Amino acid sequence: MSEVNAKKIVIEPIADNNPIILQVLGICSALAVTSKLETALIMCVGLTTVTAFANLFYSLVRNFVPGSIRIIAQMTIAATLVILVDQTLKAVAYEASKPLSVFVGLILTNCIVMGRLEAYAQSNKPWPSFLDGLGNGLGYSAILVTLAVVRELFGSGKLLGVEILPLAKAGGWYVPNGLLLLPPSAFFLIGLIIWAVRTWKPQQVEKPTFHIQSGQTHAGTEAH
Amino acid sequence: MAAKDTKAYALWVAFTLCLVCSVLVSAAAIALRPVQQTAKLDDKRKNILRVVDMYEPGMNIDEAFRKITPKVVDLDSGEINEAIDPAGYDQYAAAKDPAQGGKPIAGDDDIAKIKFRPRYATVYFLYNEDGSVRTVILPINGYGLWSTLYGFLAVQADGNTVVGINFYQHAETPGLGGEVDNPNWKRMWAGKSIYDANGQVALHLVKGGVNADSPDARFQVDALAGATLTSNGVGNLVKYWLSDAGFKPFLRNIARQHAAAAPPAEG
Repeated sequence: MSEVNAKKIVIEPIADNNPIILQVLGICSALAVTSKLETALIMCVGLTTVTAFANLFYSLVRNFVPGSIRIIAQMTIAATLVILVDQTLKAVAYEASKPLSVFVGLILTNCIVMGRLEAYAQSNKPWPSFLDGLGNGLGYSAILVTLAVVRELFGSGKLLGVEILPLAKAGGWYVPNGLLLLPPSAFFLIGLIIWAVRTWKPQQVEKPTFHIQSGQTHAGTEAH
Repeated sequence: MAAKDTKAYALWVAFTLCLVCSVLVSAAAIALRPVQQTAKLDDKRKNILRVVDMYEPGMNIDEAFRKITPKVVDLDSGEINEAIDPAGYDQYAAAKDPAQGGKPIAGDDDIAKIKFRPRYATVYFLYNEDGSVRTVILPINGYGLWSTLYGFLAVQADGNTVVGINFYQHAETPGLGGEVDNPNWKRMWAGKSIYDANGQVALHLVKGGVNADSPDARFQVDALAGATLTSNGVGNLVKYWLSDAGFKPFLRNIARQHAAAAPPAEG
């Protein structure tokens, strides 16, 4: 059964049920690490690894963990994986890990990790749980990479540190948009992406949580 | 299976889970520590090589670094202190430790906003083939807009001419203050003079670009466009570390030795 659904479990969170643009989770790190593509890519690998393996390992032990301590058990497993990722990064990619500073450690507090553990791994078998974590990690990555490409390319004229658009101040023609390098620009871009995706897939538009009633205006002005 | 609702069972699961996880974390930390330390040391060495323009990607850092000798200098007297082993000395930790001569800096004097000054600092010597000093590389740090910048300033053996500057750790805004990493901007520092005729620090950053015809141009470096506060921070930290509280006594000694060894050719 899991064979049949594997593709769907991985693909669905990328466009149809994206953790950032539909569930609006993980925004904090999406603002912080996307001013350069390189840091965004490292963050994506880190988060995808943690989400996928935390789901896998938690799902393996899910039947042994009493309900009363399940959140703590989930956090312990996720925290262990975060430390492993952080330590490995410091060993193999020291220079690239420096700009990420605290954000690798903060993968733990990323709502996507805890959300998938509680919503999926808690009640599914290990293999689909692993795929679900992988898919959500990739969904997060898709948005991060998009943001980082736009921000680095138009904010500093480079991609992965290689000059693409020659800058005016170095004798080229491109005047970079400094706003793109500041965290709020990622907010605007996420907003635009949400707009675009919901125009393309109108079923993602949320129903209004309340309606403004017509006729509830000042007393006496309406005749009923 | 034991009843899952009992407290004893919950405690047992929690204990086992924590034990397994902590063993994993400890094993990873111990196994990776040597690799991490090498990576950290290589990163620092790379940045020291960069400041004197000797770094190329993919080079053998150990070999290149053999030409560079770290020594610990007493900032008060400007003399080398041979008693302290530079390999085990961390001046940024020592700055906060009164036992190692670290002292708080009085508010008005603290233009670099670093709060503590070490008594001893690690400097790096680059020698000529005849054994005379070619360049000294000085550690510098100070507050910019968001973060403390850590870097190196390389000065020629005359104690007055800048060779290069490089920051290896900071969290300034990418693209604005983060342009302290821009190679074109760093290149502007080379050849600038530090002290004026009265021995005061004259090196500073100017907004709007240096006028090359100005007599002061040799003391001036362009400020970073769009990053006034980072530029002020860089200007202040350079001024602090080249002042009497910083490396001025040491640079004087180097200049004296240099003049004694080789009188200026222009004579």
